[in-house]
Amino acid sequence: MIVGLESWALARPEIFLAAATLLLLIYGVVRGETATPFVSVATSVVLLATAVLLFAPYREGTAFASLFIVDRLTTTMKALVLIGAAVAVLMSRAYFEQAKAWRFEYPLLVALATLGMMLMISANDLMALYVGLELQSLALYVIAAFQRDNLRSTEAGVKYFVLGSVASGMLLFGASLIYGFCGGTAFVQISRALLDGKAAEFGVIVGLVFVVAGLAFKVSAVPFHMWTPDVYEGAPTPVTALFAVAPKIAAISLMVSVLMGPFKPLFLQWQQIIVVASVLSMALGAFAALRQQNIKRLMAYSSIGNVGYVLLGLASGSEKGIQAIVFYLAIYLVMTLGVFATILMMKRRGVMVENVSDLAGLAKSQPMMAFAMLLFMFSLAGIPPLAGFWGKLYIFIAAVEARLFIPAVLGVLASVVASYYYLRIVKVMYFDEESETLDRTPFGVNRAVALIAAVLVTVFSLAPQPLSLIAAAAAKGLFP
Amino acid sequence: MSSWPILSLVTFLPLVGAFFCLVVDGPKEAVDRNCRSAALITSLATFLVSLVLWVRFDATKAGFQFEEKFDWVPALGIGYHMGIDGISLFFVLLSTLLTPICILASWESIKVRVKEYMIAFLVLETFMVGMFCALDLALFYIFFEGVLIPMFLIIGVWGGKRRVYAAFKFFLYTLLGSVLMLLAIIAIYWQVGTTDLPTTMEKLNLPFTWQCWLWLAFFASFAVKVPMWPVHTWLPDAHVEAPTAGSVILAGVLLKMGGYGFLRFSIPLLPEASQYFAPLVFGLSIVAIVYTSLVALVQEDMKKLIAYSSIAHMGFVTIGAFVMNMQSVQGSIFQMLSHGIVSAALFLCVGVVYDRMHTREIAAYGGLVHRMPRYAFTFMFFTLASVGLPGLSGFVGEFLVLVGTFKANTWVAFLATTGIILGAAYALWLYRKVIFGELTKDSLKGILDMNRREIAVFLPLVLITLWMGIYPSSFLDPMAPAVDKLIGDYHAALKLARTAALAP
Repeated sequence: MIVGLESWALARPEIFLAAATLLLLIYGVVRGETATPFVSVATSVVLLATAVLLFAPYREGTAFASLFIVDRLTTTMKALVLIGAAVAVLMSRAYFEQAKAWRFEYPLLVALATLGMMLMISANDLMALYVGLELQSLALYVIAAFQRDNLRSTEAGVKYFVLGSVASGMLLFGASLIYGFCGGTAFVQISRALLDGKAAEFGVIVGLVFVVAGLAFKVSAVPFHMWTPDVYEGAPTPVTALFAVAPKIAAISLMVSVLMGPFKPLFLQWQQIIVVASVLSMALGAFAALRQQNIKRLMAYSSIGNVGYVLLGLASGSEKGIQAIVFYLAIYLVMTLGVFATILMMKRRGVMVENVSDLAGLAKSQPMMAFAMLLFMFSLAGIPPLAGFWGKLYIFIAAVEARLFIPAVLGVLASVVASYYYLRIVKVMYFDEESETLDRTPFGVNRAVALIAAVLVTVFSLAPQPLSLIAAAAAKGLFP
Repeated sequence: MSSWPILSLVTFLPLVGAFFCLVVDGPKEAVDRNCRSAALITSLATFLVSLVLWVRFDATKAGFQFEEKFDWVPALGIGYHMGIDGISLFFVLLSTLLTPICILASWESIKVRVKEYMIAFLVLETFMVGMFCALDLALFYIFFEGVLIPMFLIIGVWGGKRRVYAAFKFFLYTLLGSVLMLLAIIAIYWQVGTTDLPTTMEKLNLPFTWQCWLWLAFFASFAVKVPMWPVHTWLPDAHVEAPTAGSVILAGVLLKMGGYGFLRFSIPLLPEASQYFAPLVFGLSIVAIVYTSLVALVQEDMKKLIAYSSIAHMGFVTIGAFVMNMQSVQGSIFQMLSHGIVSAALFLCVGVVYDRMHTREIAAYGGLVHRMPRYAFTFMFFTLASVGLPGLSGFVGEFLVLVGTFKANTWVAFLATTGIILGAAYALWLYRKVIFGELTKDSLKGILDMNRREIAVFLPLVLITLWMGIYPSSFLDPMAPAVDKLIGDYHAALKLARTAALAP
């Protein structure tokens, strides 16, 4: 097989990221621990540079004998993932330095995971999909356990590893069934086989169910969500921030391209699964978070709930639905990074604290930080006029247009329940008297991230149109 | 008419003051003083600008005036479309009038976090005014829901003992109703392809079953806001725990959002369903009038009593809105305006003694007339206005509603009228307990009468109540063409539906 120049050109961002990561790895190995500050900054720069490479110049098409596909949707999703990963690396430094666990491998592992995510997003073949997924997962397992002298962190890593492997196994099993019945692993082959009448085969359906289950694990949709709260709580906070954005966006993108691509002919079959998973995720995300005291755990349930809304967009199976997903994810990325930047600033006498009650009285001691958090919380709750409202509105428009009335009603009701715990954080910050103030954070990455996120939430609230245009362009990738 | 975007100016002018409060810095005393002044000046300026609306309003036209329109989120068919007609004009004025009064009333009673308080009130004003001006369903929803954020903070931060409970109850109750309305708005968008109100009014043509579902979704939201029995239970809690100015805005403006919503959205967009469900509305309203009046009779807390009386008075509003003839609808709107002024004033009256004694227990008072003659007069004035004494504003609204209802349904009118008797009973009972009798309690012996600031707060309200009672035409005339059009369109739509049903 001769790989044409065109293929290399299409995969330019990925190749650049891989090469740069390896070079930095060599540099790190040679220089040892002293290389850490440089490597971490360089990794962020490389990630952002990769994001720029996606668009300069923008190309689309398939490459490497159709294993790899680049279109508007994949490019947009990759940009979101890269931004999330780059910001997460930037936010990590202060945390790990304090924990005396700041090593140059960390940013490089994040970069490798990101590379895996990019491959996942661009996968156009079940094999490519699996390779990308595993590259991502293996790097993430290590990152989750990165604070290796910390019991909770290692526990999170092991838990994530064991459950993640099960999910990968399910995915592989499903993929093998589909390969057996459709006679190929390429998405085009599967699609053609399904259109030629293989859709009715029971084995294909079983395979599809296993693939969807594996993917549902990766996006932490109910009923495959059990790992999420434990891992989010146990992992070091900046890692949680990364988990909440980059892999989630990548896995959702993968789910969209698999289900809306080769498995489009089986829409009616997978729609039922996705609707159920969506409604359950929204409900569980809302109810289970009500009693959480740990803010990271709370955010884990919040992310499960958010995945539920995204899946509702997917279940509508329309162009509007895909637009809504892109739009929602972009806003979700901003809000989540903002929230985690704020969580990373929660310190008392130099020690990180992570209970909701630790925020008590923040509105008095640090009004700007509290106000930013208030914006994020009302936005996550989907209260207009804040950005989160537009995301939910978009999703529900797609759902109603697809006649998913009952899931839409359940979705809005779940959002009311969920608003309770977002409000509770506002209540703690604004209504409660402070017991002991949190440390004032000196200006640094976290404050900058929180500030930028707050500004972006405001901008998206007032002017959602540009973002919706981006989303509309991205969705064209699947609906040419 | 006017090339100036005057509605946007009225809507967003308060934000200028809010922004000033946000950036002002310095020693606490100075910040507090500056924020108070800034908030008062901005809200007064807003009120003056809104008076321009009234002056330049063309009272002969039925359509929307001062319209502003541009695409906001074309991807979702949402436009920024503002405009007012005779129905919304006075609600805008009511909001802009009550805000400076609230700020003045909070001048001394709010001592902590003055800056945030003033910001919350100014943002609240923006949302309220925007909501009455919005001519796009989505835009309306944004303002309608946006109100919750500042109100949640006002109740929760500056409220009474059970403020957290009340704030949550208020927020979640209203949100639950509203999200269903959101789905209804989405469904309308799905059918019409836009959320622009005048366009949807023209094009929306739904089968009857669909109308019923959507009507119920809108009803869920507006009924909670009004509030109608049995979804009224958030109101007494919210009123009791909110600071005085919060109660004033709640009773004065927020409750009107429900009644306004019925007239602006439910009836014109879904006429057949409105007719179909009108008996339900009548039933619930009558229960509200009679039941909550009885409940009001046994209250021990002054604010709670007035809160229940609000629910009863709003019962007339919902009856009037759904009887759909000229008198009843005009009466319904007038009743809302009158209640906006009178109940706001009553809450301010409670605030006056609460600021001095820090209790709202009726039993803690008695014989205030001996020490506070000016206060006794003011309180009596608004009590009688609330009861519906001819010559004051409360009478006009209730009378019009009852006349209109009597024409349509005698029994509904009859039962609603009993509410007036009960209303007189609890209002006068409250007045007698608090104001008359011997001044026996030691704690009351040193109480002071109203000061100049408090008089300044009440004077405009007294004058407006008299004006509305003596010469209601200045309010009824501008709204007449719009109401006439509303009723005309409604009956035309019903007729059309009937002919369509008869056609083979």
